[in-house]
Amino acid sequence: MTEQWNITLRIYRQKENEAPHFDNFNMEVSPDEYVLDAVERAWAFHDRTLCFRHACHHSTCGACGMRVNGVEKLSCITLIRDIAHNGATLKVEPLRNFPVVSDLAVDMGFFYRKMESVGARAVLPVMEAEIGNPPAQWEAEASQYIRLSDCIECGLCISACPIMATTPEYLGPAPLAAAQDHGIQRKPELLSIVDGEDGVWRCHSAFECTAVCPSFVDPARRIMDLRKQVVGARLSKLFGKA
Amino acid sequence: MNTTRNQPSARKFWSWFIPLRRDIGSWAFALNRITALGLTLYLFLHLGVLGLLAQGPGAYDDFLVLTENPFIKLGEWAVVAAAILHGLNGIRIVLTSFGVGVTRQKQLFYGFMLIAVFVILIFTARMY
Repeated sequence: MTEQWNITLRIYRQKENEAPHFDNFNMEVSPDEYVLDAVERAWAFHDRTLCFRHACHHSTCGACGMRVNGVEKLSCITLIRDIAHNGATLKVEPLRNFPVVSDLAVDMGFFYRKMESVGARAVLPVMEAEIGNPPAQWEAEASQYIRLSDCIECGLCISACPIMATTPEYLGPAPLAAAQDHGIQRKPELLSIVDGEDGVWRCHSAFECTAVCPSFVDPARRIMDLRKQVVGARLSKLFGKA
Repeated sequence: MNTTRNQPSARKFWSWFIPLRRDIGSWAFALNRITALGLTLYLFLHLGVLGLLAQGPGAYDDFLVLTENPFIKLGEWAVVAAAILHGLNGIRIVLTSFGVGVTRQKQLFYGFMLIAVFVILIFTARMY
């Protein structure tokens, strides 16, 4: 018989011109279901006005980012068993640092614009991808292939970053990681975007972006790498090697 | 659209100091800010105390008597402890900022904090 838990889903609610509050939904779930399944159940059987974003259910679209018990999660791949217990309350909130459209749905517009400003790629040549131990023959054969970018633009890093919380102008982890993905050498025009007070130097090394990233993009490492590239570009300019 | 409350704002400054449920990097981030604020406060107090010299030896001697107060002693201990914690965590940030040990930042933090505790214990033993 399938194991069943009774949990309380405590969901953030906020509609236009209404004060935010939390609604509790008691439900029976399998601990091997995902948080998104529970949110969908709350919508399907308790309150059809509950608003949330979701699409693929397998961590590809990046739509279902939420804060679960105070931590950013992609709710479609977050097992209830991993973060709760029988009788537990799961607190579900919208991502931080984004305007709330309704309940758990946030407006990602400014984030997408930042991604565009650095020319974030949805796909990239496989030779430019950071892949551990690529086969030797790739050097000759793989230049024609492209692959999907690791970043699924879910916004979890934007929500988790403490600097992003206080500085809306900060470019943010994912856009900086996207800039690193190009590299300053390949795309020199990025230098003026990332080498500024709201670029790579605004990061204060909390590493929270990397901690919450569901796609192993490791934005913190990429930001540090981008810093090295920026310093290299500056030195090259200083010594006339540009 | 509800454009308030959830957006980045200066008010969220307080969230810097509440790393509950966060990863170790956030605790290190909060620790560095708390110790930095403490050391900045100390700097101003220190300058204020030095200002007593302008009022003559008597005023400064009166303050020196006050430094024997156990609360002031505890404050002095806290300043040294904060300096050690902030300094060592700062070295970690400098290293990782330029690509050294980025993927080992947690281990670096634990290592530096172990050193910090060791040094603070030695200082405490010598102070008391």
